[in-house]
Amino acid sequence: MNLVIFSGPPSSGKTSVILKTIAALKERDIAVGVVKFDCLYTDDDLLYKRAGVPVQKGLSGSLCPDHFFASNIEEVVDWGNRMELDMLITESAGLCNRCSPYIKDIKGVCVIDNLSGINTPRKIGPMLKFADIVVITKGDIVSQAEREVFASRVHSVNPKAVTMHVNGLTGQGAYELSTLMLDKERQIDTVQGMELKFSMPAAMCSYCLGETRIGEVYQMGNVRKMELGDEHE
Amino acid sequence: MNMNKLTIEQLKEKYPFVIDYFKGNKLNVEGHEDKTFQEYIDSFGREYLEDWAVDRKKLVEDLEEYIEQMKQFLGLNEDEGVSSLTILPGYDKDGNAEVFKEITIKTSEIISIVGPTGSGKSRLLADIEWTAQGDTPTGRKILINGELPDNKWRFSSNNRLVAQLSQNMNFVMDLTVAEFLELHAQSRLVEDIESIIDRIIHAANGLAGEEFNLNTPVTSLSGGQSRALMIVDTAILSSSPIVLIDEIENAGIDRKKALDLLVAEDKIVLMATHDPMLALIADRRIVIRNGGIVDIIETSEEEKEILIELEKMDGIVQRMRNDLRNGNTLEFNDIEGIMKIPINW
Repeated sequence: MNLVIFSGPPSSGKTSVILKTIAALKERDIAVGVVKFDCLYTDDDLLYKRAGVPVQKGLSGSLCPDHFFASNIEEVVDWGNRMELDMLITESAGLCNRCSPYIKDIKGVCVIDNLSGINTPRKIGPMLKFADIVVITKGDIVSQAEREVFASRVHSVNPKAVTMHVNGLTGQGAYELSTLMLDKERQIDTVQGMELKFSMPAAMCSYCLGETRIGEVYQMGNVRKMELGDEHE
Repeated sequence: MNMNKLTIEQLKEKYPFVIDYFKGNKLNVEGHEDKTFQEYIDSFGREYLEDWAVDRKKLVEDLEEYIEQMKQFLGLNEDEGVSSLTILPGYDKDGNAEVFKEITIKTSEIISIVGPTGSGKSRLLADIEWTAQGDTPTGRKILINGELPDNKWRFSSNNRLVAQLSQNMNFVMDLTVAEFLELHAQSRLVEDIESIIDRIIHAANGLAGEEFNLNTPVTSLSGGQSRALMIVDTAILSSSPIVLIDEIENAGIDRKKALDLLVAEDKIVLMATHDPMLALIADRRIVIRNGGIVDIIETSEEEKEILIELEKMDGIVQRMRNDLRNGNTLEFNDIEGIMKIPINW
């Protein structure tokens, strides 16, 4: 089974891109399943079901979705193997710009959209920098110039990635993406013992454990203070 | 590459574009110019690396890759570039073979694409963009300059084969025209930015009915002005040799001039349209049905004459629009005698 990890900021078009890509894979009789990770709510699983795609969802609730992902990916891969999938796609929430959901030697795809602003490639950390493939969406509604500037910004933070333009509505580019995702040589039976490409965002403080009160005396563990100078900067 | 031996100062001198890499990766190299990049990276503390999600090995490798790719990209301008695009036949949605032998389109040529919505126009475009080699659902093959295309057209983010212009496109950046063009010119590593901006604004105002200036925010341009700016910018600043146009709305812009400009900049122009005036401007048109190319028609002399009549009709409509806008009334005299065909047809 191939494993492909999709991530990207909220509303960048991950689900649309995955659905169009799966449609292209299905035409070649490739069995694909999806596991959707989110935080509080998602009904994307219904979209996958409607498309006849085996799907599971996991909501991380009060936990960091990245950490939740890492602690569940092993079982998720087992599920994919039990379902006898040819390809398992995980779709993660990418809720903070410090997200880092990729695993070494597993194909990572970051979906990012032209509408998010040209500084976005600089704001996103490992989720973009460590992706093997960067999919840029919503190119059909911005000018050619903005597409080019955006792509060059992506290039400057991740020059090694393959950058693709995919239209999540018409599916233009999805077939091509699907050919890059398939890898007959790279069969994954388990991810046990594998390593993350980069460490996840860290926090271990009193607020992680349910503290609600404000004030320095309640703050314990991994706490950082802003430097607020007296001058205007 | 001997990058590892160069100091940051030397790197900046030799490859000025590395500044974009430093900026993109939030690396403040100020005060470290005398160090090599590796030495600079090695000076980061562990806490800093963790806090800012920095991977030292990757940063060094990526910088090498970035410099290599940018060198290639810059060298490309001196190459001959793309002079022709060839489409070799594949299959329609039912697996029937397309009947044409090959279609070759040269620079400065305009070809239109006609066919019902959903007939496969965007699939054709995707084949071109991906330089298909029988590995897409249509089985078509694309040749560049009559040869198998270089892989860079597929995988490099700076060398895109196709620039697209469509009706739905908007400016979303909150910038003035000047800032906008400057940003685009920078990303293309243009040397004389000021003169190219001048050229663009001049040409764009030649296309748009209403003039705008460099201090106008791009988001407050009218529809016609936006289209004019997008087309001129694509013609002059985009590196893509092929321009695909998905309709150009017929308001506030001189479409013929716009196409002339693309042609003058040595672009290969493909234009999907339902508008007879646009379709007939092209010398040839590709007819698509059920996912396949079913015909390639040369625009006949008769059609060229009809185009002239269509342009007259269009002129009338445009004039009427202006008259009504200015509070005037319309009369039959306005149209009589201009058109060959009787009014009561």
